Amino acid sequence: MKSYGYYPGCSVKSSSKSYEKSLLLVMKSVGAKLKEIDDWNCCGATAYFGTDEKMAKAIASRNLSLAEQQKMDDLIIPCTGCYLTLKKSQEHLKEHKDDNIRAALDEAGLKGGDKVALRHPIDVLYNDFGVEQIKSLVKKPLKGWKIASYYGCQLVRPYSDVDHPYYPHILDDLMVSCGAEAVDYPYKTRCCGGALTGTVEDVGLRLVYILLAEMRNRGANCVVTMCPLCHFNLDVYQSKVIKKFGDEYEKSFSKKFEPLPILHFTQVIGLAMGYKYSELGIKEVMVEPKALLKAI
Amino acid sequence: MEFARTVKYEAELNKSFYKEVVESSGCDKVLECIQCGTCSSTCPVSLYMDYTPRKLMAMIKAGFEEDALKSKTVWICSSCYSCTVMCPSQIKITDVMYALKRMAIEKGYYPKSMPTPVLAKEMNNIISKRGRNSEMYVASMMVLKTNPFGMFKMAPVGLALFKKRRLHIGMEKIKNTKQIKKLLSGLKKREAK
Ligand code: SF4
Ligand code: SF4
Repeated sequence: MKSYGYYPGCSVKSSSKSYEKSLLLVMKSVGAKLKEIDDWNCCGATAYFGTDEKMAKAIASRNLSLAEQQKMDDLIIPCTGCYLTLKKSQEHLKEHKDDNIRAALDEAGLKGGDKVALRHPIDVLYNDFGVEQIKSLVKKPLKGWKIASYYGCQLVRPYSDVDHPYYPHILDDLMVSCGAEAVDYPYKTRCCGGALTGTVEDVGLRLVYILLAEMRNRGANCVVTMCPLCHFNLDVYQSKVIKKFGDEYEKSFSKKFEPLPILHFTQVIGLAMGYKYSELGIKEVMVEPKALLKAI
Repeated sequence: MEFARTVKYEAELNKSFYKEVVESSGCDKVLECIQCGTCSSTCPVSLYMDYTPRKLMAMIKAGFEEDALKSKTVWICSSCYSCTVMCPSQIKITDVMYALKRMAIEKGYYPKSMPTPVLAKEMNNIISKRGRNSEMYVASMMVLKTNPFGMFKMAPVGLALFKKRRLHIGMEKIKNTKQIKKLLSGLKKREAK
């Protein structure tokens, strides 16, 4: 049993609970023990950086410092938004050993924070356990599942230490190890719109449309994400996108714009490992993969 | 008929504007932009911008302060870091966008209909006080403060989430809110010095 620190972030505790549920099950199966940081706070996500960068970094760094105080060497962060915010803040701590942020942190009893390794679960599954181990745990290979793996921006950019910023493959590899077919398409790391679906909806929806249309046209019958915000945009806004762009799609491609099931990648791995639909929270996604389930 | 001048005279530019941008963004390569346009072509939303990222970089270098800060570009940037990764001059364009956002808010230049500054402010408020964020609360405040009729547009999304048991109304709070207060006030004091 290898143990890891765990920083959940706000999303998996509210609208994306099924991501956390499935993540914990999959981690347990591979033999990873997750310990949640006691009293973690919101990372501030991207909005904070737009108003006061120093405050943003200080707030985010509190979590890093708590993790170290609670003796964590590796910290698993399932949301790529949180991942990038924490990573940026840690880079700052590494580069600035005696600035105002460091001093304010120390003063508030928050030492360190620059050493704990920040990891997305995909990185942990792929690099610490590996596709072979996942393969050995598969009980129900995902026959007939044609999966478009969507990586989004913030795990691979700007720090591309987990995978390539434009042509990543580790999520595809994991899906293949679960018996699914990986659908190749060029927009694996194209932006899902981030907060734009909420702030400038017309632009946000267009970005989601571009992704969904491409995934469909390349033959996908399912999409997996690895970030709660990406998932929210593709899953929750899909019906709006179809309403708005359905006709345009039909005109351009001479076929109907059918909705795709959008799942958290851990839900899909969990299914392959034999966990039940309900345990993985799949009922909580907007378009359930009912037809695909029959195949396994 | 009125004729307005469409170009700016040099005297109207702020020649040291780029220095403020360098200072706020922490990116000291702003002047090294070669105007190749890679940023604009890789940007997923440049077609919605009033000035593309490349243009904005030229404006910063030349000192078009007001135009740059009033631009909608920075509010449409979704922080996807595509430009930053691709820029041959290693300019951290995304960080420059963030810096321009902050400067626009400070100087009161941001477009009033844009919900982004409101969203950011609401989030800051909640996080400083409670340490946690509530998606629902922030989203509702944003809509109410910028466009109350937007509530109707949001309703179907809310309803769909509710049906799937994903609407989380409660507000979390961390135990040690005092520590966050101390951290932020300590930082503020030092910054003011
Ligand atoms: S990619 Fe870099 S060098 Fe090229 S125009 Fe954009 S900012 Fe300038
Ligand atoms: S970070 Fe902003 S400006 Fe750069 S490519 Fe992405 S959306 Fe465009």
